Formats: sequence, C-alpha cells, structure tokens
Amino acid sequence: MNILAIIGPIVMGAAFGFLLQRGKVTSCNVIENQFRLRDFTVLKVMGTAIVVGGLGVLLLVDTGNSKYYVKDANMLAVAIGAALFGVGMVVYGYCPGTALGAIATGSIHALVGALGMVGGAILYALTFDWLKSHVLNVWTLGKVRLPDITGVPDGVWFAALAAGAGLFFWWVESRGGKRA
Amino acid sequence: MTAVTHNIDLERSGTGRIDWSPYLVGAGIGVLSWVAFGLFGDPLGVTTAYSRVASWFAVPIIGSEAVAQNSYWKSMPLKWDYGVWFLVGIPLGAFLSAVLSGTWRLELVPEVWEERFGPSVIKRFVAAFLGGVVIMYGARLAGGCTSGHGISGGLQLALSSWLFLAVMFATGLAVSAVLFRKS
Repeated sequence: MNILAIIGPIVMGAAFGFLLQRGKVTSCNVIENQFRLRDFTVLKVMGTAIVVGGLGVLLLVDTGNSKYYVKDANMLAVAIGAALFGVGMVVYGYCPGTALGAIATGSIHALVGALGMVGGAILYALTFDWLKSHVLNVWTLGKVRLPDITGVPDGVWFAALAAGAGLFFWWVESRGGKRA
Repeated sequence: MTAVTHNIDLERSGTGRIDWSPYLVGAGIGVLSWVAFGLFGDPLGVTTAYSRVASWFAVPIIGSEAVAQNSYWKSMPLKWDYGVWFLVGIPLGAFLSAVLSGTWRLELVPEVWEERFGPSVIKRFVAAFLGGVVIMYGARLAGGCTSGHGISGGLQLALSSWLFLAVMFATGLAVSAVLFRKS
C-alpha cells in the first residue's frame, strides 16, 4: 500500500479536527446553544464552509479537475434519517465528526456517546434489509443537484447563498450575541 | 427568570482560550474541501467509515458469522481505506489544537447540560449513549452526517443534502425547545 494513501487522509483528518476545535464546534455547549439560538457558531462555520468550498469545487468541476460525489436522494430515508439525526444531535450534544474531535480534547461523555454511535451503526446494519425494501426505495430521485431539478444555474445558487448567508450573519453579529 | 447565557470564551477554561473567527475556520474547511475533491477525490465525511469500523465492534456482540452474512457490511466491509484513516486524523488534529491553545480539559458533564439537567454524570452518560445510537442510525439512514451531507453535500448543491440540512435543523430546534424549556 502506498504510504501516501495513509498519510494523506490522516493529514486531511487532522486538519479537519484542528479546524473543528479552533472553531469551538467540538464543544457540546456551543452545539447545544446553536439549537437554542443563543450562539450561531455552528451555522457560521457551516455556512462559510459551504459557500467557500462550493465555489472552489464548482471551479474544479468546471475545469475538469474533479467530479461531483452526490448522495442519492432517497427522499423518505433522508427525511427520516435527518429527523433522527436532529434528535440525536441535541441529546448527544455532538455530531459524529465533532464528537471524535471532542473525545481528544478531554470530553468523556463524547466517548460514551461514540460507543452509542457504534450501537447505532450495528442496529442499522441489522435492520438494513427491511429498510432497503420499505424505506430506502421510496421517493428515489437519484443523485440530483438543485441546479439540475430547478434549471437555475450554479452561479445563481451560490450568489443567493452567499448573499443570504452574508445578510444573516450580519444580522446575527449586529445583535451582538444577544438572545433571540 | 433570566436564564444565564453561557459565556463561550470562558467555558473552555483550561489555561487558554480560542480566538479564531468561526468564519475563518469555515473558510478553512471550505479550502480543505477543495483538496478533498481535487486531490483525493474523496469528500469530507465521517459516518460511512464509522460504520465500517462498527462492524469490528459488532463481532463480539452478534458474532463473526452474523457480521460476515450481513448484507449491509457485505457492501461496506471493514477495510483501512481513505475514510477510516481520515477518522484517525480527526482526534489527532483536535488534540493538537486543544493542547496548543491550552484548552484541553476533562469534561464529564457540559455546563449547558448541567444548568438544565443537573450534575449527574450517570444521567449525562446515558443521554450521550442514547443520543449516539439515534444520531448514527439517522446518519446511516440519511446516507451521511453534518460533514458528508451538511458540508460536502451542501457545497455540491445536492438535493439530498439540502433536504438533510433543513430537516435536521428543524428537528433539532424543536427537540431543543422541548428539552431546554424553562420549567
């Protein structure tokens, strides 16, 4: 095995973990307070990542230097899964990636939850056959992107996203961290 | 009654504090995504690799035969691929950042939780465990998490990922409003 195939992803993961910690999103308090609308750090990090990342990836794809890796739009499965995810994220106080970072910053309860996540993955594997024939096959639209189904070009989407995020963050900052 | 708003700058009271802008961090993750797409052809994500690793933990629980026969793990066997090594990197980077910024600290019960549910460690651990079960089951059913769907999928303007983001945040807000309601 090529050593770069090991070092590469470790360095990428480490950079990701470093950024998550510096962004304070490995803190359970920050994540809980996002859902309580008292701290918008999570949305600031995610929104900026989506706009900056998206523009670069769009350029990479347009110049033939990358392709898209779009996940299947199994609409029922995504909707139920995302709802469960939202419940789990508030109860756990982390999402899977930030939890792995948090464990390494000394969060013991994140480690306990990570064992729960192993349990969740096992439960999923054990119920996969049933889900495949009853849930994952409902409302399947395939690997579609918003520009494909709306006819609105990528540039317009990103302009709208950047403007919307900019306005929203400007509003959040102008409130100076006051509660909603 | 006025609830005490938690001061994030103080909450990681090791010896240090973090003063990086969340926008800078977000932009950094965006740039990291360029590298992930352009160089490695493997977008940032966590739970696909996590469920590969979970199959290893499943062996003593449900038996190696059951794991080997499982149709999900047949399509996603345990192997040391890009995603799994990426998972190894995340705690390394977070640890480095915490130590360098002086914010490493043992945490059994987070402040926001304690304010609402009290200092019981057992209570927090049970909730964290159950929350972990539910979040991973949801992530696998949806096909990704905050990284794979939220950031990597969101930045590709994927329909599935924006549905995920909308439903995840809406549900989280609702559950949080109920859990943290003032009694």
